[in-house]
Amino acid sequence: MPELGRAALLVTLGLSLYALVAGTAAARLGRRRLARSAQNALVASFGATAVAAAVLLSALLRNDFSLEYVARTTSRALPTAYTISAFWGGQEGSLLLWLLVLTGFGAAAVTLNRSWARDLIVWVVPVFAAISTFFAFLVVAVASPFATQPAPLDGAGMTPSLQNPYMLAHPPLLYLGYVGLSVPFAFAMGAILSGKLDERWLVATRRWTLFAWAALGIGQLLGSHWAYVEVGWGGYYAWDPVENAALMPWLAATAFLHSVMIQEKRGMLKVWNVLLVILAFSLSLFGTFLTRSGVVNSIHSFTQSSIGPWFLAFIALVVTVSLALVFWRLPRLRSPTKLESPVSREAAFLYNNLLLLALCLAILWGVVYPMLSEAVRGEAVVLGRSYYDFFLRAFGLPLLLLMGIGPLIAWRRASLRSLATTFRWPTLVAVLAGIVLLLLGAGSSIPGLVAYTFSAFVLATIVMEFARGTRARKALGATTWPGAFTSLVSRNRRRYGGYVVHAAIVLLAIGIAGSSAFDSVAEAKLRKGDSMRIGDYTLVYRSLSERSGPNATEIRATLDVRRGNRDLGTLKAGKNAYTIEQQVSNEVGIRSDRLTGEDLFVIAEQINPDGSVYFRVFVKPLVNLIWLAGLVFLLGSVITLWPDRREQRRLVARASEVGIPATR
Amino acid sequence: MTLALLLAATLAVACVIVVALPFLREPEPESDALEDLDDEERRRLELLEARDRALSALKELEFDHRTGTISDEDYRAQLGPLRRDVASALQALTAAEPGEGQPPGARN
Repeated sequence: MPELGRAALLVTLGLSLYALVAGTAAARLGRRRLARSAQNALVASFGATAVAAAVLLSALLRNDFSLEYVARTTSRALPTAYTISAFWGGQEGSLLLWLLVLTGFGAAAVTLNRSWARDLIVWVVPVFAAISTFFAFLVVAVASPFATQPAPLDGAGMTPSLQNPYMLAHPPLLYLGYVGLSVPFAFAMGAILSGKLDERWLVATRRWTLFAWAALGIGQLLGSHWAYVEVGWGGYYAWDPVENAALMPWLAATAFLHSVMIQEKRGMLKVWNVLLVILAFSLSLFGTFLTRSGVVNSIHSFTQSSIGPWFLAFIALVVTVSLALVFWRLPRLRSPTKLESPVSREAAFLYNNLLLLALCLAILWGVVYPMLSEAVRGEAVVLGRSYYDFFLRAFGLPLLLLMGIGPLIAWRRASLRSLATTFRWPTLVAVLAGIVLLLLGAGSSIPGLVAYTFSAFVLATIVMEFARGTRARKALGATTWPGAFTSLVSRNRRRYGGYVVHAAIVLLAIGIAGSSAFDSVAEAKLRKGDSMRIGDYTLVYRSLSERSGPNATEIRATLDVRRGNRDLGTLKAGKNAYTIEQQVSNEVGIRSDRLTGEDLFVIAEQINPDGSVYFRVFVKPLVNLIWLAGLVFLLGSVITLWPDRREQRRLVARASEVGIPATR
Repeated sequence: MTLALLLAATLAVACVIVVALPFLREPEPESDALEDLDDEERRRLELLEARDRALSALKELEFDHRTGTISDEDYRAQLGPLRRDVASALQALTAAEPGEGQPPGARN
């Protein structure tokens, strides 16, 4: 039923346009029913988009190759799970997903807040509507997922690297993150347009921002794991432009989540916070543009298309209009409070913000420079890994250290004598860790050693904070130690959930440092029975097998693995030859040591007709801490996102004191 | 094709009804003006935020001092200014109390 899909998208476009025009008119003229009607249009646009999404999903599952999109991204042999993931595997489908999530988030955010922040919501609706109008226009007029053709007998299939379980979660999570950043943007613009610059827009969007940020973070980690196990080049992050495209808004959102605390605690940085929200949202649009326009060559960028100019124009419009609005409201955004001391918690947060922003802009320059050089000189000059690694060390290591310093400094002003007392134990732990690591030979990489030492410092501060807090809660009346711990976390979920997230970042830093600064690699062409060594591992090539999978021929080399005198069993590495897609993928063999977090990573680089295989083997110390960091990050995010009844009661009480309906 | 068009038409009509609902429910309302905070209420909201901010800062300082995160020296240096912040926020709120006949919450 492509006609129904097309019609549903047309209805979405009409509703979005109506919400934009009617919402703006209602806000300008102060018309209550018109404003409510515009809100309803925004909610209805989600329903219409959901119908279009259901039509596309149904077409995918029915192998309806009369739809160009279905024929281009799937085949009859494609397993059902990957057929579903084809929804976001191509350009048109992923734009439809953007629209679906956007209208869904818009409808939910407006509905949840329209009672207690209705004077603000009136202006939020047209902002949401403007964004959804753009995306609805794209899927109606520029990149429709419902374009039809005479149905071929079979589809072209899916890019082999996308035929991986991670693709079921990685892209949707990134989209939840990208689109989720539209919520703080819409509310920030709504607050500026309405002149309601009180804290409500921050309160209304806090959990949305956290959710979007967490989804982006988890989505990127899943993407890294996908690259690690599926792409088969021996790494997990290549500073690919499209990987960077997801990292940049995450960095900007991280900066915002920190600086917003300064606004909440001290009433400072109002302009800065709005600018960070604009930056994060613009970068999320830029990320979608990079992935979908075909402007960069990337393993993630699957298409050359005509949406690029539209996206660039929209990003330019968003940046120009929102900056103009900030400039317009500048006098009312200025804060009466000033930074009292460069040695204070707010100053530490500010340094953190500057470093995050500097890292974000350095990455942005690395992404944009090849495009600019191609436009100006006709030749794309790509900034390589060393460029990004330099800035990661220059800005990332101080950031790591600040994660330990920030939480232990007093707000407003801290005396140097107090600092010496406060940081005595974490410093001692860090120095001891550094000495032990030096003795263990970690001095071969100075940045790696510094990263480990700083990590020890931060972990010590986190443990200290939890221990001291639990002790204080016990002294304040908690009957048991677990009760004191639970009370500590539940009374300040943002703070202690934040510490858990910090612990995740530390694990990530240790994993990255271990697997990149202290890894080893060996290569050899082996015939059956030959062996090779890497570190204290010995690998013996035993056999080569071939079998037919559902949609590919799977060739696997089997190796016996020994570590010292201990037999570790066998490992298989090989290639899949996809019949319909006419492509070959590397299928790597990985053996993880759960105790040390180390991986033995085998790539069958070249399989020769005579049965010999050219192997590339890596040993990656501590790499599994990166994936463990994902779980800890998820835990920390859930803690911070969990509803806080005390805060709810306080907000409701405050609202009712002014006469705003006391519901949210 | 016919079924698809029928479903599409149903969807369009349903959306139009949803959009028109506020006008259908209240064809002739007593007032169609948007409820908005006046300047006094907005000022009061800002003062309430300032009060809550000051109280929260004081509470956090007390807890951080109790845990040992904040030293005695820093605690003593900050306690006075924070208490003054709370006092001035409460004072400003009292001064901005709505007059007789305009109780807070009257807008409901």
